[in-house]
This record gives sequence, structure tokens and C-alpha cells, in this order.
Amino acid sequence: MDTVSDVPYIVEATGLTKEFKGFAAVKNVDLRIRRNTIHALIGPNGAGKTTCFNLITKFLEPTRGTIRLNGRDITRTPPADVARLGMVRSFQISATFPHLTVVDNVRIALQRPMGNSFHFWKSESSLDSLNERAMALLADVDLTTYADHLAVELPYGRKRALEIATTLALDPEMLLLDEPTSGMGREDIARTADLIRRVSKNRTILMVEHNLSVVADLSDTITVLARGEILTEGPYAEVSKNPQVIEAYMGTGGAH
Amino acid sequence: MSTSPTTAAPPAATVRTPRTGMLALFGIAAVAVMLVAPFGVYPVFLMKVMCFALFACAFNLLLGYTGLLSFGHAMFFGGAAYICAHTIKVLGFSPEIGILAGVAFAAFLGLLAGLLAIRRQGIYFAMVTLALAQMFFFFCLQAPFTGGEDGLQGVPRRPLFGLIDISKDINLYYVVLAIFVFGFLVIYRTIHSPFGHVLKAIRENEPRAISLGYRANQYKLLAFVLSAALTGLAGSTKVLVFQLASLTDVAWQMSGEVVLMTLVGGMGTILGPIVGAAIIVTMQNYLAGLGEWVLVIQGVIFVAAVSLFRRGIVGEIIAIVSYYRSGKQQP
Ligand SMILES: Nc1ncnc2c1ncn2[C@@H]1O[C@H](COP(=O)(O)OP(=O)(O)OP(=O)(O)O)[C@@H](O)[C@H]1O
Ligand SMILES: [Mg+2]
Repeated sequence: MDTVSDVPYIVEATGLTKEFKGFAAVKNVDLRIRRNTIHALIGPNGAGKTTCFNLITKFLEPTRGTIRLNGRDITRTPPADVARLGMVRSFQISATFPHLTVVDNVRIALQRPMGNSFHFWKSESSLDSLNERAMALLADVDLTTYADHLAVELPYGRKRALEIATTLALDPEMLLLDEPTSGMGREDIARTADLIRRVSKNRTILMVEHNLSVVADLSDTITVLARGEILTEGPYAEVSKNPQVIEAYMGTGGAH
Repeated sequence: MSTSPTTAAPPAATVRTPRTGMLALFGIAAVAVMLVAPFGVYPVFLMKVMCFALFACAFNLLLGYTGLLSFGHAMFFGGAAYICAHTIKVLGFSPEIGILAGVAFAAFLGLLAGLLAIRRQGIYFAMVTLALAQMFFFFCLQAPFTGGEDGLQGVPRRPLFGLIDISKDINLYYVVLAIFVFGFLVIYRTIHSPFGHVLKAIRENEPRAISLGYRANQYKLLAFVLSAALTGLAGSTKVLVFQLASLTDVAWQMSGEVVLMTLVGGMGTILGPIVGAAIIVTMQNYLAGLGEWVLVIQGVIFVAAVSLFRRGIVGEIIAIVSYYRSGKQQP
């Protein structure tokens, strides 16, 4: 099927709703992400941000609503196929392959487009051609020295960097980052923000982020979610002055 | 045990693959020992160990390298045994055809069972496989061609490929050794293939693997079918050794035994299932006179192994070795 790649919005979610046993975690959310922008999704704890991510990437089936990626309806597409269409997510809790080496973590992502992933009769040396690119991706996030460590041995901030490197290995058109700087120290945060800005060239990024200075710094558009509903949407200067937003944050003890 | 005050014990899967060269050398030495072993040890006993070792290795492909606990592998072991025995004894085919039929049947059964079970996670997966295996057990109990309580006895040992006389134990021994080495190499290659890498990734973090575009269930299904087929190879080979296929081979105890062997030896290690199988089979042989007590003793060993050596015997050895090795590298 043809995709309409000249629509201004890469992702269009309409009337997105997710109910967990009657409790609506996400209510009637309309979210449109403009191509080649950085779009932030913020809101207090439990607002439904991660649920939105899970819906858009099809890790959860929406109760109601439709999702389009590049104009193509993906409401019933399985999550692995969504990834193959060029939309790749990260997870709120660091998601590496803990007992694979750092370089193997990245190679797993690189391997997928090779089309040999069911070849159980082939030697693993057929994956050696990926080493160079894997090392280049690791160098991009300053992980070269850790290449042969198991991912589980990495400090937390470095795990998140590895996750981003793994995601970037697929060269996705659309990237969803769930709290990419959470649990990081000041230095790692700056480094990660820098990396996100760097990789946002020719890419669309949707990120959930609690660190408002990172949000202010990076995002073109901000959507504020509270109790599963969109409160407001706009550039940082506008959104941050919105009394409802201030109230939503104060009301639940503020952002982190 | 002396533990370092500063570092925690290495994680279970610091099971970094030993260097391939060393492993190959070790493999050659092991095969050399196995070539002369029947002159010192009763060959039927060694063949039994090899059949169960292959069974456990095939099971470990699923448990250790895919992270799926099947509690119904007896259906593949015993199912293949019945088909192999029937093909040879009743239909009159030669042994190699019997083995192929057994393997093909196990693979097919694996595909069916896999399609039903693979969507379930964790304990639900184990329960579905157990339920299917129980259904298969009752089918075998009722079906006329399995010989009911008697099983299929006296399966003839016709010449293999019409050439090799396997009626003598010592000859059959080398055939079984060849089958075992073949099965082991298939498993080893699978683990170290592009497919094996994806399997490990799915075992480590399935949602992440999916988010990278891997349709996890398809990989698990292929692993399940491979494991079932190799289990069928073990079950068919057992028929040649004992000239018998019986209900014991499809009973749930058989499914339990292979879990035991794999855990005692060390799941997720290449050699663990072999060691575990050797230990359990040896024990059964020596304690055979004790009757039902064997089960009790097995239970005690299982509890002891699981609480003392959580990584199994081989897993613990690997952990200790890599602990000292990394200790030397980083003073
Ligand atoms: N699988 C689930 N079953 C039931 N309730 C759920 C489930 N997942 C999320 N919820 C609920 O939905 C609400 C939204 O959760 P979600 O994780 O999307 O919030 P969030 O905005 O990402 O919060 P945080 O900032 O803490 O990550 C919460 O009240 C949560 O308890
Ligand atoms: Mg969240």
C-alpha cells in the first residue's frame, strides 16, 4: 500500500481511549505529531503518558480511537510490525538485554533488517559484518569502552544511553522516548539532551519527560496530559503560563 | 565459602561463552573418551545416558535459551518413540526410516502444541503444555496401536541403512553416539546462530525485542518445534536401544524428569543438561533396587540442587571460574 509521506503529521491519533476494567487511563485523546519536530508529552504521575505510548506503538489495544502513521491506519497492527514501519519506542524503565554484551545489544537491532533472523543453521560469524556499525553507534553515545561488558553491569545512566543507541540502530523515522533522562545525574542529562537534539535531524521525536528544563530546551510542541485527558498543547512559553497546567502540577505534588 | 566483601556474586548469566577453541578441544576429548568408554562401561547404560542427555539438551534449548518452561515434553519423547516403534515393528521399515518418522511426528506435534501454547506466558505456558501432554497420554493409553499397558515390545534392530548390523550393543553404541553428537551440534549451532541471538534477546527482554520489530511468537514457535523435533530424535533413538516404546515415555513423570536433569546440570549452559542427565540416569540405575524410594531421593536431590546450586552444577562451575578470572583481570 502507498503511504502518503507528504502529510504534515507523521502520527495522528484520534479519540484515543484506554479503559482498564472501567477505569479510563486515557480519555479521548487527539494527538498529532508534526513531522521532523520534537514533541513532548508531559503531565503529573499517572496522567496516562506511558499508556499513550503503549497505545501509539500498539503495545496496548485501544478501547476506542484510531491511530495513523504516515497516513496509514495502524490501529490493528501488531507492535512488532509498527516497529518495522519505522516507529520505535523506548521504555520508561530501562530496557536493555541485560545478559547480552553491550555490543550485542546494538547488534540485535542491526540484525533485524538483515533477514537472517530465522536462520538457525548459520554460524553467528555471519553477524560479524555488523560489528563496525555497532561500534560506531556505541561511539556515538560514548559507550565504546563498555562494548564487551554485559549490559547488566552498566551504571544506570549508561544503560539508558545504550537503549538509545539500540533504538537508533534501526534508524527509525519516528522515535518515542519514555523519560529518557530519568534517574540520570546532571552530566548524563546534559549529554542525553544533546544526543536527542543531534539525532532529531530528519526524525520525529515524541518524548515523555519530567525534567522541564530539558523539555523547554528541546521541544517544539508540548502536550500536557492530566488524568488521561489533554489539558493544553502549544510551545513551552505558552504552556508553562497556563494556569490549569500550573494547577495540575501543584495539585499532585509537582513534576520531578 | 569465602566471598569478597566488596563485590556481589556475579549474576547467573555471567555465563559468557567459553572460547570456541577451548570448547572444540574439550569436545574432541569428550568424543575420544566416549569412543573407548563402552570397553569399560556397560554400553546400554551409556546409550541410555546419551538418549536422555540429548532429550535434556533439546529441552534446554527451550528453557535455557528461549525462557519457556514446557511441562509436556514427554509427548514429543514418547510420541516419537511410539511412531518409531510402530514404523519399524508393525510397518516393517528399517531403523533410519523409523527415526525419521519419529522426528517428523514430534516436529508436527510440536507445531500443533506450540501454536496453542506459545501465546501464554510463564506458568500458563507450562500449564498448557502439561494439559496437552496429559491429553496425549490418554490418547496413547486408549489408542490400539500403542499396545496399551504393554507398549510396543521387541522392536527389531534391523540393519541400519541395510548395512550396519546394530543387533550387537557395541555396534549400536557407535550409532547412538553419532546421533547424539549430531543432535548436540545442531543445538550448539542453533544457539550460536543469528536465530539463537534473537532467541536470547527475547528471553532477556521480550517487550524490547518486539519494540525492535521482532515478532517474538514466531521465534518462540520455531524454537519450540526444533526442541520437539530433537526430543523426538532422542525418543526414537531410545526405541532402538531398549527395543521398546511404552506409556512410561509419554507419562508426566518423564516431562518432570527432563526438567530435573536440566536444572540439576544447569539450565542455559551447553553442558549442564548432559551432566544432569548422566547424574539422574546413574542414580536411577544404582538405586533401581530401592523401588519407589528412587522418586523420593530424586525429590530430595532436586530440592537440594535448587536451593544449594541455583545455577545447577555446570552453572555454578562457570560462575566460579568466571568470578576468579575476572578477579585476576581487575585487581
Ligand atoms: N495495565 C494496567 N492496568 C490497570 N491500570 C493501569 C495499567 N497501566 C496503567 N494503569 C493506570 O493508568 C494510569 C496512567 O498510567 P501511566 O503509566 O500511563 O501514567 P504516566 O503518565 O506514565 O505516569 P508516570 O509519570 O508515573 O510514568 C495510572 O493510574 C495507572 O495506575
Ligand atoms: Mg510513565
